[in-house]
Amino acid sequence: MDTSFFVAWMEEIATAVQAQRDHLTQLDAAIGDADHGSNLDRGFGEVRRALADSPPETPGAVLRLAGATLIRKVGGASGPLYGTAFRQMGRSLGDVSDISLAELSTALDAALAGVQKLGAAVEGDKTMVDALAPAVRALAKAVQDGVKAEDALSAVAAAAQEGAKATIPLQARKGRASYLGSRSAGHEDPGAASTALVLSALRTAGFRTW
Amino acid sequence: MVGIVLISHSARLADEVAELAAQIGGRDVPIAAAGGTDDGRLGTSITKLSAAIDTVDQGDGVVVLMDLGSAVLTARTLLDEYPRPKVFLADAPFVEGAISALVTSGGGADVKAVLTAAEEARHIGKF
Repeated sequence: MDTSFFVAWMEEIATAVQAQRDHLTQLDAAIGDADHGSNLDRGFGEVRRALADSPPETPGAVLRLAGATLIRKVGGASGPLYGTAFRQMGRSLGDVSDISLAELSTALDAALAGVQKLGAAVEGDKTMVDALAPAVRALAKAVQDGVKAEDALSAVAAAAQEGAKATIPLQARKGRASYLGSRSAGHEDPGAASTALVLSALRTAGFRTW
Repeated sequence: MVGIVLISHSARLADEVAELAAQIGGRDVPIAAAGGTDDGRLGTSITKLSAAIDTVDQGDGVVVLMDLGSAVLTARTLLDEYPRPKVFLADAPFVEGAISALVTSGGGADVKAVLTAAEEARHIGKF
């Protein structure tokens, strides 16, 4: 996976977030502050602009620029969280120009560690970690089993989507929704839902660039 | 003197808590508010927070108080990205913590004592 793949990933995220903007905001209106869709739409729009203004030369640089942009531009919890996730991935990838599935797996694991260090959330707290952690495991297993990249990214997307749906019955223990107590149960977590979009975009970026 | 920074989702909330604390604790303590996003919405801004810390940093350290979730994440992210040895995040109630911190700083305490004063404000009962 080369630089163009990672640029395509960011573009696919921006497109998906824009298309799902109202859906994400509706999820957030139920248990948060109704700004998740617009925050992410604006944030990834800025990422797209930043990448166009100064095209990075390596996959790691793409992710580091995306992360720094989200941290500066979003203004909600999703800015620091996604920003840290992409920056940690970018650091993990260094300045290698062609990324293997194993390297992507290590980087996604670093993203999860960064998010958990920042937000102190564990699986089951009804956060983005509930989508990200199963996706990290799915990719690690795919690498171990030696499956081909398309199938590995499909497994990542499926695991994230399943993880997001599994947040519906949970009661939030972290984030704005935790103030609602038991009223947070019965709604899909918006952060987990957007994480599923972000990780599903990996697969669509693959279809586009391979 | 130890500087105090208030980061809130709301610009008005941060400004008014700063004003209230200064009125009670004295106007000589450096205090700055970082409220709202860069474009004036509800939310938090790493750029505003960084500028606020610079404004109040006299070399004796800075204590940062946060209102809710993303303010905490923004503050942690700033210190992760640009570590500053004498800047501390207080796990404290926003209003009482700000007043305690400002009063303690005004008395000439060091940054650790100001941090402790802010955090211990959660034990001050209202009755």
